[in-house]
Amino acid sequence: MQIAEGSTTAIVDVKNVSYSYNNSFSSSIILNDISFKVKEGDFLGIIGPNGAGKTTLFQCMLGLLKDYDGEITIFGEDTRRNKLVLKKIAYIRQKNFIDRSFPATVNEIVSLGTVGIKALSKEKKEDKILSVIESVGLFEYRNKRIGQLSGGQQQRVLIAKALIADPALLILDEPTTGIDQSTQDRFYALLKSLNHEKNITIIWSSHDLGAVNKLANKVACINKNMFFHGNAYEFFENEKLLKAYSESAMQAHMQLHLNKNPNSSNNNGNNPTYS
Amino acid sequence: MQHALISGAAISLVCSVVGLFLVLRRHSLFGDAMSHVAFGGIAIGLFTKVYPIWTAFIVSVLAAIGITKLREFTKIPADSAVALLLSSGLAVGVVLISLSNGFTLDLYSFLFGSILLISIQDMVTSIALCAAVLIVISIVYRKLMYITFDEEQAKVSGLDVGKLNYLFVVLASITVITSIRLVGVLLISSLLVIPNITAMMFGKGFKKTALISALVGVFSVLSGITISYVTNLAPGGTIVLISIGTFLATVASKYSMMLIKGKGEKLVTSMVDQKQ
Repeated sequence: MQIAEGSTTAIVDVKNVSYSYNNSFSSSIILNDISFKVKEGDFLGIIGPNGAGKTTLFQCMLGLLKDYDGEITIFGEDTRRNKLVLKKIAYIRQKNFIDRSFPATVNEIVSLGTVGIKALSKEKKEDKILSVIESVGLFEYRNKRIGQLSGGQQQRVLIAKALIADPALLILDEPTTGIDQSTQDRFYALLKSLNHEKNITIIWSSHDLGAVNKLANKVACINKNMFFHGNAYEFFENEKLLKAYSESAMQAHMQLHLNKNPNSSNNNGNNPTYS
Repeated sequence: MQHALISGAAISLVCSVVGLFLVLRRHSLFGDAMSHVAFGGIAIGLFTKVYPIWTAFIVSVLAAIGITKLREFTKIPADSAVALLLSSGLAVGVVLISLSNGFTLDLYSFLFGSILLISIQDMVTSIALCAAVLIVISIVYRKLMYITFDEEQAKVSGLDVGKLNYLFVVLASITVITSIRLVGVLLISSLLVIPNITAMMFGKGFKKTALISALVGVFSVLSGITISYVTNLAPGGTIVLISIGTFLATVASKYSMMLIKGKGEKLVTSMVDQKQ
């Protein structure tokens, strides 16, 4: 099930990407022959169970992991070689890395997003910081320390930091993990407005199939292999696909907990493919 | 005494600033490791009759760059790298001392500090090095703050994190070498760590935390030097004890405030309950 090629050019092109963790004693396949394209204005939801390789895929896309097989270009550039292209991308990962004792206010964290931007004067930068904090609904918290905020508010601070550099592409790795439902809903509304009103292309990994169904226009479902890639409605309206995905996810979940040695598992990148 | 106060103020200021990044990056013991490497460098200087601060400087900077490169290739944990540096520096020092027939007065002053005996030449060198470190940090402080907050995000934003890390370890090494005269090799990490953990107790933002840390550092050093001068106590130890005292006083006052606030809130709750 391939997406029909439209007139808009792909800004992300992932071609036959494979990645393995190797050491002297064993090798473990994390990604196996993953290919997909993302066009300008797309909202791509990447779904897959824990250990499916979603974070590894993002790390390859951003050039944080360099030793993968295959090709990845974003805005026509290889992120391993051209760091300038990263200025157009904002990346937000799972929230649990934030150190609550870190002594910085919301204002100071958001201002980190302007590091390296020389075009703006100091006054304009400050105005922009305040307006972007306001746009994520945290204006009254601007002088609070990040450690004093809730998980959802911290994620919105990171979104604000990401938005200040006017990114064309936003990559989010399970940003709502551990966040309560009402905060998640506000967060999803913010993502929707960024995609619809500011035309920011979004790639977002999540376990929340309901939210992906509501927000994303494209879905990539991975479990080491590309399990499905296509329009969201094609995935969510196909009961066979949903059932196959649930079974695959359950199998991966069981293996993650029961089998600590990936070499002895049956899941060496040989999952069924439905794309 | 005047030389000691001026040098002490400059050194404590730079230690507070560099120490804030070390503490937040969970590298609090880096200063200890570098000072032990510096000890090896000092021993080389004393053994070869070269001015020991210069040999310490060269050995420390090379060791800091070397350990950063080693960590990149081997992925050994930061605390293990610190242990490796610490024991290597001490081992070189001990072997060279045994070759030169034991401790000398010079070595003792490097181990425990000799700020009250500081010459005008040492004072000028200290101030120049402190100023150089502070100027470089003021230029890159937002980049350093970014990699301290989240190194991966900083990489993705296009910062050259590798180069910044090298620059920072060199600045930290210079800071440690400059501080040896003040408190000695064995007490340096206290100047880097204690003012910052004290400042973090105030719960302020980055700039204010750095400012409070600098104030605590300068206060501890100036009062420590003055007290040790008047009472003839060891200046290094006195400075550290004052900074520990400041930290404990901050903890106690914060705890007291929390108790008073908690009691106040309980009182208000019970008054509301009684009215109802």
